[in-house]
Amino acid sequence: MRIPCPTCGDRDRREFYYVGDAQIINRPSPEASEDTWDDYLHNRDNPAGVTKDLWYHENGCNSWLVVTRNTTTHEVQHAELVTKLKGDGS
Amino acid sequence: MRVSGKGLINRQNTVNFKFDGVNYTGYEGDSVASALLASGKKLFGRSFKYHRPRGVLTAGSEEPNALITVGEGSFQDPNVRATTQEIFEGLVTRSQNNWPNLSYDVLSINDLFSHFLGAGFYYKTFMWPKSFWEKIYEPFIRRAAGLGSLSGLHNSDTYEKAYAFCDLLVIGGGPSGLLAAKLAAEAGLDVIIAEQEPIFGGRLNSETEQVDGMPGSTWAAKTTESLKLMDNVRLFSRTTVTGVYDQGTFAAVERVGHHLSKRGGDLPLECFWRIVAKNSVLAAGAIERTIAFPNNDRPGIMTASAVRTYLNRYGVSTGKSVAIFCNNNAAHKTASDLLESGVNVAAIIDSRKDSETALDVPFYNGAEVSNTFGRQGLKSINIKKNNVETKIEVDCLAVSGGWNPTVHLTCHMNGRPTWNDEILSFVPEIGAIPNMAVVGSANGHMDTGKCFESAQKEINSLLKTFGKSSKTKKIPNVETTKFEISPKWAVEGKGRAWLDYQNDVTVKDVRQSVQENFKSVEHMKRYTTQGMAIDQGKNSNVAALAILADATGRGIPETGTTTFRPPFVPVSIASMGKNAQGSGFAPQRFTTSHAASVDRGSPMIEAGLWYRPSYFPQVGETNWRQSCDREVEMVRTNVGVCDVSTLGKIDIQGPDAHKLLDFVYTNMFSTLKVGKVRYGLMLREDGHVMDDGTTACLAPDHYLMTTTTAAAGQVMRHLDFVHQCLHPEWDLSFISVTEQWAQFSIAGPRSQELVNAVLDQPISSENFPYMSCGLVDVLGVPSRLFRISFSGEHAYELAVPSRYGDSLFRLLASRAEEMGGGPYGMEALNVLRLEKGFITHAEIHGRVTAFDIGMQRMISEKKDCIGKTSAARPGLLDSNREQMVAIKPLGAVKQLVAGAHLFETNDEPIRENDQGYVTSVGFSPTFGYFIGLAFLKNGRGRLGDRIKMVDHLRGIETECEVINTVSFDPKGDRLRD
Repeated sequence: MRIPCPTCGDRDRREFYYVGDAQIINRPSPEASEDTWDDYLHNRDNPAGVTKDLWYHENGCNSWLVVTRNTTTHEVQHAELVTKLKGDGS
Repeated sequence: MRVSGKGLINRQNTVNFKFDGVNYTGYEGDSVASALLASGKKLFGRSFKYHRPRGVLTAGSEEPNALITVGEGSFQDPNVRATTQEIFEGLVTRSQNNWPNLSYDVLSINDLFSHFLGAGFYYKTFMWPKSFWEKIYEPFIRRAAGLGSLSGLHNSDTYEKAYAFCDLLVIGGGPSGLLAAKLAAEAGLDVIIAEQEPIFGGRLNSETEQVDGMPGSTWAAKTTESLKLMDNVRLFSRTTVTGVYDQGTFAAVERVGHHLSKRGGDLPLECFWRIVAKNSVLAAGAIERTIAFPNNDRPGIMTASAVRTYLNRYGVSTGKSVAIFCNNNAAHKTASDLLESGVNVAAIIDSRKDSETALDVPFYNGAEVSNTFGRQGLKSINIKKNNVETKIEVDCLAVSGGWNPTVHLTCHMNGRPTWNDEILSFVPEIGAIPNMAVVGSANGHMDTGKCFESAQKEINSLLKTFGKSSKTKKIPNVETTKFEISPKWAVEGKGRAWLDYQNDVTVKDVRQSVQENFKSVEHMKRYTTQGMAIDQGKNSNVAALAILADATGRGIPETGTTTFRPPFVPVSIASMGKNAQGSGFAPQRFTTSHAASVDRGSPMIEAGLWYRPSYFPQVGETNWRQSCDREVEMVRTNVGVCDVSTLGKIDIQGPDAHKLLDFVYTNMFSTLKVGKVRYGLMLREDGHVMDDGTTACLAPDHYLMTTTTAAAGQVMRHLDFVHQCLHPEWDLSFISVTEQWAQFSIAGPRSQELVNAVLDQPISSENFPYMSCGLVDVLGVPSRLFRISFSGEHAYELAVPSRYGDSLFRLLASRAEEMGGGPYGMEALNVLRLEKGFITHAEIHGRVTAFDIGMQRMISEKKDCIGKTSAARPGLLDSNREQMVAIKPLGAVKQLVAGAHLFETNDEPIRENDQGYVTSVGFSPTFGYFIGLAFLKNGRGRLGDRIKMVDHLRGIETECEVINTVSFDPKGDRLRD
């Protein structure tokens, strides 16, 4: 498997650390409901098809990436820097 | 026998080798199989289950029978195909699965009991009595069944792994692959072409076919030479592409040293390649299959294509009198090639009624071979035509039941091959692998002209995607013959008809599988073992499917194939795991004081990837406890030095650095002043403890965080996550500086004296109080000093740039020794911290909360932090949770053991009564007893209680008292002194 790191280019997946569903970049506020926190901490979708995961280029540029891929075809469609998605400095 | 004037072998260069202790001679370019066949040898091995005598069936990597062991001692390599092993001077080989020898094998008695040993025999017979399985049945089966064996010695060979990248990977160097590589390379693509044989050319080297007016093998050699001259082509011979993976990644094994007399040196035995290709062309060819007729497994019976390979490539006639049994016209070439070489062709038996031949040989159309004779080598065959049997004497039978395109790699990503009625075989599913084109006979093209056409067509369309076009328009000229085939899978008759030679699977076994309702192809495979082991049924699977289809009444396309998985040929684990043996298994990290510690005789122990000194033995000390006790006492009364560089160090800078610290630590850091250090606790978002450590404020907006040795990587990743994913707006940067600084703990009542002995400007307790930090000069070297303690003593940590680490450690250790102190190791460090109740990852093991370790109050009320919300969940604050306490022994048994469990003194020590567990223990010389840290239900409410520690594994039961976690200097006066 290869991941197109926006800073380093196409790289072998062995350079990356896998976390899981990219939704954990959206941390609830401390005041959010118990259910919201429960979802954030524990509940994950397991789609057959397009999914967005969070990967860390640990043996590369240390960037966190949101990788869009298809779990049925194994196609890796896209990888984006989280800082870009969130807009750094905003 | 050798045939003069034939073959691509070098007759100028004879090669001597051994098989089963006997000397043989072959020529450069021979395989073990071709050289042994040339010397008249027929018997190569014994079959897996029945120990049937077996010869060579094929001439390639698909060989099921002729498996040999190559090399001796620690170089021994079992289950090597004699058909692929090249001979070299001094090569030692032997046969497998026989005792006492190949010609007389005691266990061939199994063959007589074959009625009882058919498919499913093991499952049904060895069910009872249950106790017999381990002691009687299994050892017997293991002894009887099997192929080659390992030496049991450490592997002495070296291996390599490598990566390669290209525009186009061409898999297979036969006519289609060579043309594809040539056309793509001429257009400027970066091309890799991989061929599993030592020479390129594929079937062209085995046939007498003319290409562009020259022998096919000459065309192949010329094309190969022209490719070698091009900078943008890499030719990998002896390289088998074994697997296809996502995003154009391919695995390949290059057999670098298997054919060399001198192994070792700079050359590995094998190299495991990961090839990343933008595009690929599969030109892996096709594999001939046999026909299942009674006793079709005798030595001397082989595929027709193998007979031609031995004749045309190796100059070896596989018999004096050869018959051909086939269901297609391609096999007739065997007869004409043999005749041209002066070998007697006894008969062509073609199962097709309307077939004909122009050759001057006895010809039987609409006929079949109904039986064969000759136990250790073929002597005669029965030909059955119109229900009349004729016996003829032959010593070789060339069989062709058609060709199976090598679709394997196209199935590695879930592709399912499709049935082609014209060639009676499976062909690849189109588009099964992204960016892979399949050309030549791998795609079902059964003549060389069509192969060339398909290669040209696919390369032309590929070149368009690169915006290029082919420079060569004309493809090589060949004479084409249309391939014609009619179904003939099996011949009915008395005697077993073999499908899978390697696993001894017969037509009867497949039918029995259906009778017992194992009808799906995957079930049949597992019930009969059809298509398992080394050859994976390369020449038998399709025939077995046809038998299965017939027995179930389904068609072959509906029956389908089993799943083809990587690897295509066996791959040694050693090549995939290159260098991962012994100390190569994990990287070793050494501190700057490593050599100095080893010089002092310290045994080094692993701490993650790091190596740290266990203790520093002195003259007269005979066990580690003596050294450890002395070192503890030394630190408590004088001064000790310890390398703490393995702790993670992260340099954090920027105007928002304090925000990050406040957010990842439970306690407040934004109030930390320059020149001060604070202890911090880090949680995971689920509320459990991640790590702890100190952070120093070195300058405004400049912090140095330390992590535990164990969690350094995890914390770095966590900080990156928090900054990039949760708060990218914060203006700060950080980087690991663990390896840039060598850091030493100097601990004990006389630590200040030792520190001042190396500082250019001495410090005092007044200007450098507890939890201070600052920049200092050590003998002119800008350094950092921290007044922190993990021992409970007045202590410092002194950090210098790593290049000064070795000399500073030696200096500190010898100065300390002059003062009556010295270096101390991990054992003493552990006891010192246990006496103080300080935690390590033995305690914060991932399932404990701040509440559990008594640090709930460190979660600041004034701010949010990672894990704060979750840590407040009611279940994590339950008073009956296991809370950290210390224990000490009370009764006659004085020993404590980490990992032991705690019970009420009167309770039976069973799981239901479990009260907690012990995480760390050490003998405290200060107190004269063992101290343990433990997690105990409602532990903080049970101080002073008696509790029973039970180690079920070692049978130790110790009565203990629950005590406060801090045994030594509970008020911390010595720290601040």
